[in-house]
Amino acid sequence: MSQAAVPVSLPAPMPIRIPIREIVPWAVLIGMLSLITMYFVSAEDGITALFSGGYVHEFLHDGRHLLAFPCH
Amino acid sequence: MRTLLVRGLIAGLIAGIAAAIFAFVFGEPHIEAAIAIEEANAATEAGHDHAEEAPIVSRDIQKSLGLLTANAATGLALGGLFSLAFAFVYGRFGAFSARAYSAFLAVAAFTAVSLVPFLKYPANPPAVGQEGTIASRTELYFVLLAISVIAAGLACYAVKVLAEKLGGWTAGSIGLVGYVAVMAACGWLLPAVNEVPEGFPATLMWDFRVTALGTLVVLWAVLGLTFGALVHRALGSEQRQAEPVAA
Repeated sequence: MSQAAVPVSLPAPMPIRIPIREIVPWAVLIGMLSLITMYFVSAEDGITALFSGGYVHEFLHDGRHLLAFPCH
Repeated sequence: MRTLLVRGLIAGLIAGIAAAIFAFVFGEPHIEAAIAIEEANAATEAGHDHAEEAPIVSRDIQKSLGLLTANAATGLALGGLFSLAFAFVYGRFGAFSARAYSAFLAVAAFTAVSLVPFLKYPANPPAVGQEGTIASRTELYFVLLAISVIAAGLACYAVKVLAEKLGGWTAGSIGLVGYVAVMAACGWLLPAVNEVPEGFPATLMWDFRVTALGTLVVLWAVLGLTFGALVHRALGSEQRQAEPVAA
């Protein structure tokens, strides 16, 4: 209660930290899903191909070039 | 955590759409010009039947729906990862607002994920790059990307540990210098890739690379600012809800 008398001049309150153990399971799940998504945009049918025929590669072709991933 | 993830995905989707619009307006003319060169080169080379093949996906679909899908998917994936990175750093590097954390994290992530790999292995338009070396070029690109992300993560951790003894400014400077030193060493050690064909217009190459980098800047900038704004609103409403209970 005595702290209430101290003049308040804090610029911003310290934000609440999210505990690491709460983040980790989400990080694993979202990390995996994101990497799989990024694989299709960035590397499918370049170095390896999960689908034959190159449809995924051709469909996403321009995005791959303009997002600076190696292509051709 | 769920709050952050949902907002990361929303911000990522918006950023991906914004990047797709930028790429369509500024990037597509250069891609078309490069494809014209590629087809002209292929036509003169006997035995190279790349140009004669009927395209599996039409150019109109590639440059509109395909471009949008690629950017939106990238935005979603990066948005999800961004919200995770935000959860790790938020509140651990000083008393800054959620918007400030988001903006700074976007700058750092753009540098580590997009800019630094780009400086060593820049984007190439169609017609540049030999088909036979795609495997080694893809490997090199992702090796450098992985090193860059790991080095940046370690630098952030080192800054957090050192800040307690040396203060934030000195620790931040040491972390930045350390990251730059590691990446400079990698850039020096990793092999160079130069497969620009003879006679490819330098102006077209420059314009294409600038717009490719611009697309990435738009993606990260919109992601960082949108995510910051969304989280700021969410945290604000949470605090308003919490206040009557505390009082």
